Amino acid sequence: MALDNKIPQGSISSKWTDYKDHIKLVNPANKRNIDVIIVGTGLAGGSAAATLAELGYSVKAFCYQDSPRRAHSIAAQGGINAAKNYAGDGDSIYRLFYDTVKGGDYRAREANVHRLAEVSVNIIDQCVAQGVPLAREYGGLLDNRSFGGTQVSRTFYAKGQTGQQLLLGAYSAMNRQIGRGKIKMYNRHEMLDLVIVNGKARGIIARNLVTGEIERHSAHAVVIATGGYGNVFFLSTNAMGSNVTAAWKAHKRGAYFANPCYTQIHPTCIPVTGDHQSKLTLMSESLRNDGRIWVPKKLEDAQAIREGKKKPTDLAEEDRDYYLERRYPSFGNLVPRDVASRAAKERCDAGFGVNATGEAVYLDFAAAIDRYGKEQARIHHLDENDSKLVYDLGQKVVENKYGNLFQMYYKIVDEDPYKTPMMIYPAVHYTMGGVWVDYNLMTTVEGCYCIGEANFSDHGANRLGASALMQGLADGYFVLPYTIGDYLADDIRTGKISTDLPEFVEAENNVRSMIDHFMNNKGTHSVDYFHKKLGKIMWNKVGMARNEQGLNEAMDEIAALREDFYKNVRVSGTADSFNQELEKALRVADFLELGELFAKDALQREESCGGHFREEHQSEEGEAERDDENFSYVAAWEYKGNPREAVLHKEPLVYENIKMVTRSYK
Amino acid sequence: MAKSALLKSSIGKKYWMALTGLFLCLFLVGHLAGNLQLIFGTDLQFNQYAYFMTSNPAVKILSYVTYFSILFHAVDGIMLTIQNKKARPIGYVKNNAASNSTWQSRNMAVLGTLLLVFIATHMVNFWAKMHFSHMPLQQQEVNFQPMPGMDLKAQGINTTTGGMVYKIDQEGKEIYFDKVEGELDVRNNKEFYTKGTDIKFAEGYKDLYKITIEFFKDPTYGLVFTIFYVFSMVVLAFHLMHGFASAFQSLGANNPKYNGLINGLGKFFAIVVPLLFAIIPIYIHFIK
Amino acid sequence: MNLTLKIWRQKNAKDKGQMVDYKIGGIEPDMSFLEMLDVLNNELVEKGDDPVAFDHDCREGICGMCSLFINGEAHGPDRGITTCQLHMRKFKDGDTIYIEPFRAKAFPVIKDLVVDRGSFDRIQHAGGFVSVNTSGNTQDANALPIRKDNADKAFDAATCIGCGACVATCKNSSAMLFVSAKVSQFALLPQGRVEATERVLNMVEAMDNEGFGNCTNTGACEVECPKGISLENIARMNREYFAASVK
Repeated sequence: MALDNKIPQGSISSKWTDYKDHIKLVNPANKRNIDVIIVGTGLAGGSAAATLAELGYSVKAFCYQDSPRRAHSIAAQGGINAAKNYAGDGDSIYRLFYDTVKGGDYRAREANVHRLAEVSVNIIDQCVAQGVPLAREYGGLLDNRSFGGTQVSRTFYAKGQTGQQLLLGAYSAMNRQIGRGKIKMYNRHEMLDLVIVNGKARGIIARNLVTGEIERHSAHAVVIATGGYGNVFFLSTNAMGSNVTAAWKAHKRGAYFANPCYTQIHPTCIPVTGDHQSKLTLMSESLRNDGRIWVPKKLEDAQAIREGKKKPTDLAEEDRDYYLERRYPSFGNLVPRDVASRAAKERCDAGFGVNATGEAVYLDFAAAIDRYGKEQARIHHLDENDSKLVYDLGQKVVENKYGNLFQMYYKIVDEDPYKTPMMIYPAVHYTMGGVWVDYNLMTTVEGCYCIGEANFSDHGANRLGASALMQGLADGYFVLPYTIGDYLADDIRTGKISTDLPEFVEAENNVRSMIDHFMNNKGTHSVDYFHKKLGKIMWNKVGMARNEQGLNEAMDEIAALREDFYKNVRVSGTADSFNQELEKALRVADFLELGELFAKDALQREESCGGHFREEHQSEEGEAERDDENFSYVAAWEYKGNPREAVLHKEPLVYENIKMVTRSYK
Repeated sequence: MAKSALLKSSIGKKYWMALTGLFLCLFLVGHLAGNLQLIFGTDLQFNQYAYFMTSNPAVKILSYVTYFSILFHAVDGIMLTIQNKKARPIGYVKNNAASNSTWQSRNMAVLGTLLLVFIATHMVNFWAKMHFSHMPLQQQEVNFQPMPGMDLKAQGINTTTGGMVYKIDQEGKEIYFDKVEGELDVRNNKEFYTKGTDIKFAEGYKDLYKITIEFFKDPTYGLVFTIFYVFSMVVLAFHLMHGFASAFQSLGANNPKYNGLINGLGKFFAIVVPLLFAIIPIYIHFIK
Repeated sequence: MNLTLKIWRQKNAKDKGQMVDYKIGGIEPDMSFLEMLDVLNNELVEKGDDPVAFDHDCREGICGMCSLFINGEAHGPDRGITTCQLHMRKFKDGDTIYIEPFRAKAFPVIKDLVVDRGSFDRIQHAGGFVSVNTSGNTQDANALPIRKDNADKAFDAATCIGCGACVATCKNSSAMLFVSAKVSQFALLPQGRVEATERVLNMVEAMDNEGFGNCTNTGACEVECPKGISLENIARMNREYFAASVK
């Protein structure tokens, strides 16, 4: 099947408007006879469910959590970008578009990104109207801050809880529709298969996680909004339950999976402390506005710090290596995430890491505290040479800006970040890859849509900070509701889809046999045992830096691990009850397949771009080397029974409005 | 649309608890001012006050509001407590509630029930006697100019009109008379009528003062009563310690600017009012 | 660290349930409380026993999924955190730790330590929103200036994660802190004022119908709330409810 991205003709800035003006509409009387299933209730799924219900469709929404409000969008801290130009610093839709394409290392689709930048402004209006309490200035207007990879302040925020506030906004819009009976909400339900009837997605098989019941749900279209697959690494900043299952089942039913190797490793996370660790915690990128990142200049100092013989505060200024400021003077500590992460890894690999595991660098606020303190002293006509006073004043400013993050750090690490620099290290955070979709956000399975982080999205090979929230809400509020109507317009006479169709029976049996296998398997190890093993392979060989040999090994090791898993996993409890081990087993089974495809994708992409870094393709200074001539395409994989045998389809990326240049933040 | 439910809703019930509670706080102040006359006033003053409290029409209305408040506060409180118990059918095996709330705030129902028992006994002891039972009238020794043929053992009885009625024990028979009116009929143990008519001449003060003093000085039970009253005031103190400020919160008065004031006032009130109340029986029992 | 755990085990909603003792060793102070339970569960699974079911998801204190009543306190002995942010360094070697589910009639137990907090959702369905459509065709975000003070207070109220610690902690299982946080958020913003009357009446009615207890102002909720939601919000709701009732 040839990939048709269905990008409309016309100039980039009027494409979306013209397109909307000409797509088919469904009249209100017909909408209520059309069912739409939405799986996942994060920013994308929640906003889509609310909007489709608002439009009049009959919506069924599913989430595995006990409430839609708990989707992991809630954990996004920093902010949401929008080309409002409230700051008057030269921002525009074009600039947001440009920054996003450039930040994505020229591996994103121009038309999608431009549309995203266009609707970004509506998102802010919409959220404010819904009562989302975004940060304001004393004049009562909205405040902005700046984020990595851009030179304007276009990020709207709500302290360090922007994702939470936006999600609660979408959740409230959903609640309104649930209250009106327009959305039927299925909490604690997990989609375990996609049902395709006559080539069209017509329903799902879901497991009621409380009763264990296997349920059939039919609809005229299915929307997958289940987020990213970062948990393939076991340790990530994703929620424990975040999984690829819904997307992977769609993939196995014919949806192509695009660019799985594009993974964002976030530079500022709290480092791993030991094997028991279940989860990594992100410290917002906004910290890099004021924090300076460094490691000791001398190996012996790093050694002494690791052994606890020296403290970071013992090191004189000249003994510290502010490596980001050294390597990238113009962006300094605010280089994009992929660049910052790799630089940290480079230093730690060279032996300059600072915690017991040797995998941590410092994020230091001493300079910021001093700077703010002196500024405050001047404002209040106090003595700026009184170091104690300056420290206290400065500490207060920093506390106002980042207090909740500092407190979070203190609770986890048990060290006071005001007094001693924070330790950070990169961690898996976001996956730019995902289910391939066309301009309408439809996958290669007709009637199956994919939105938010779950699709291969608008971020190319690297996502800029504060763009994930923007994309999720753009897809859900403003893009999908139009494009899905164009498809559903043909379904107004279809009538209810019966769940007794043989396709439903087949899919249900498929799910049941999988569950039976796990329940009857008298293995020896828990699911986590295998998941941790998978994570180690992924992190070591398919992590921040990849090479051909490692990737080949990873593919083999994952395949072997998968086999071992099916043979030796032990799932206790019963299938027809609340069973978290079974839930995990079903998810890890899919991660074990995805992991292999992930490595395969990384292997074929013989270039370094964005979050994908191939050691074979770097400059002498260790900067990524992109190969636009050979790899300027989206790699969309078609499932063929085994991840190893997946077939590659290429969607060429054509840049008509932006000139591809080497990304430089020097 | 939901209908407002100022009586039925959980919040509505709290308004009533708060309003009746705060009204009872006002009542306490009035009651205390009166009671302190047991220490600082004369017996006549106290009995006059007691008479005023049972006869003045405005006070009557207030007293009915007080009865209502006590009953409503108690019934509403019991209903709330029952609902609250139902809201957690299975309790915790281990609950470290002391780490997040004060003891009194968690035991308002217990404290309130104790207070209800106290109020009941208190009303039986004094209020009912005052209202319903035969009670001695306040008498005092007077200098009496003997009239011919009369015994010298005469006593003066203070009347509500400010004058004095005289009482003479004559061969086991009590005769009441006024210097001007002459002999008087006594009805209801306190009303004096011009002899043989229905013209009410005056009313004598019931001697609540005496009753009170005797109550706490009772040779067998005086100490027990005193302890019981002091204990009840400790209960009241704890009840007020939470209740006073809590009422403001229920009525929506919570502003960081004034919270310190409300809480401070609440604590002051909760300590001072019961303390003064408690001093009275102690003073009577041990000092008077 | 070696610990004795006393954990509430209950097969399903209908089962009676009981406290069961477990011994566990090899716990490090840097582990989070849930990681300690992971260790226990791993041992149970590999022995073929049913692991202890407990809710958790983000493990960074924001999703509100984790619950647990630990040693008599919602989210355990530390302050300003959820259970997933509680670390074992708060305990000592040899400690006995009681672990129970959040208890309330409105939070029925599903299994072991997992409870159903759907009642919170249903209260939100009754009015936890501003009735604007999601078209994006609203006025410009900056057309409506909002006093920073009010915006900040609305934000503080909006940080509620809906975990239910307030209900679990309250001796009356009252949901007032939760409901008042949402009512306050919207009451403080001009966008929300438009339907403030209906919102507070509907949400309080829904709350009462779910079988939560009444607020007796003990203040325990505020102390145990991982997000430090203030009692001011309850007072504000009390005012809002009164104003709405007499309208």
